[in-house]
Amino acid sequence: MTNSSSARAWALLEQVPDPEIPVLSVVDLGIVRDAVESEDGHSVVVTLTPTYSGCPATEVIAHDVRATLESSYDHVEVRTQLSPAWTTDWMRPEAREKLHGHGIAPPEGRRSLPLVDVGTPATCPRCGRREVEEIAPFGSTPCKALWRCTICREPFDYFKRH
Amino acid sequence: MSATSDPDLLTVADSCLVLSHRLSEWMSNAPTMEEDIALGNIALDLLGQARGLLQVLGDEDELAYLRGPQEFRNALMCELPNGDFALTLLRLFFVSAWLESVWPALVTSSSAPDVRGVAEKAIKENAYHLRHASTWVIRLGDGTDESHRRMTEALDALWPYRGDFATSGWYDRIEPVLATATLTTPDRDAWTQRSSGDGWHTEHLGYLLAEMQSLARAHPGAKW
Repeated sequence: MTNSSSARAWALLEQVPDPEIPVLSVVDLGIVRDAVESEDGHSVVVTLTPTYSGCPATEVIAHDVRATLESSYDHVEVRTQLSPAWTTDWMRPEAREKLHGHGIAPPEGRRSLPLVDVGTPATCPRCGRREVEEIAPFGSTPCKALWRCTICREPFDYFKRH
Repeated sequence: MSATSDPDLLTVADSCLVLSHRLSEWMSNAPTMEEDIALGNIALDLLGQARGLLQVLGDEDELAYLRGPQEFRNALMCELPNGDFALTLLRLFFVSAWLESVWPALVTSSSAPDVRGVAEKAIKENAYHLRHASTWVIRLGDGTDESHRRMTEALDALWPYRGDFATSGWYDRIEPVLATATLTTPDRDAWTQRSSGDGWHTEHLGYLLAEMQSLARAHPGAKW
């Protein structure tokens, strides 16, 4: 969706962190569906797709995107697009490494899995071992579940496949 | 009015909103920290789904905060008090099993793109809620004597309020889970309450709304 005239907008969006997982930008997360600059370069239209229906970060993200772009554009429009629904398949490959480095196991498996199968962390993000088990299917944010490593015993967040 | 998997949009929105409020009443009171977080997450999903539909239907704040009980169209089961943990999870199971057919129906039948968008997202979220609730129904039903007794009592208490969901598809969805939970499914033909569509409710909704709407009514137009 990106084009050369909108590269400035995308570069700015790279600097907007997810408020709950600040190691990821909104671009890493895959929720920016489009960013189009007007021909005169004075205005920009950004289209966002929310992660979860009730995620409290959604409104903060829209606010942060607007505030960041308003530093470079006279007019900023932030649109919400619900369909197609966001999926973790839209996360950038770099996002996986950033999550892992931040102590959060990235999502595993693709959309072809059954609907309720949110995948299983490949390894413990602390010690790298594969012996992990679920503590709870829900976690500190809608996108995460709580797991633990049975080797190093550390609990950790798993970013659910969705 | 017979139960259908393609109910009125306001019925779906209000059911999600009212059940979300009931689940939020568990915050800091659930049996474990993990379950407190789970119920909070599910309540948030339901609130987001309700908001998405209410925004299509009109001004979401006016619809949520300034309607009286007779103007709400939620399924009756959603407004019943939480009771114990068994009743809360069995109710969530019944409602999620209903929504499992409602959301796909909205994706295919709605002419409003935003309704289809909300429903498309809700399908995935609801599947996860349904799995969680099913797990607990089985765990408690097929658990200790005490947990089985409580699940049985919850089933007896909720069964007369299944009327808004009672399609053959819904029964087919819930009965295997109840059987696995070693619970005896009451008769499909047993008498049931049903939302009339003209604002008939139990006495519990008024109290729920009094709490949910108190801030908005005391401070009209207040901004966060």
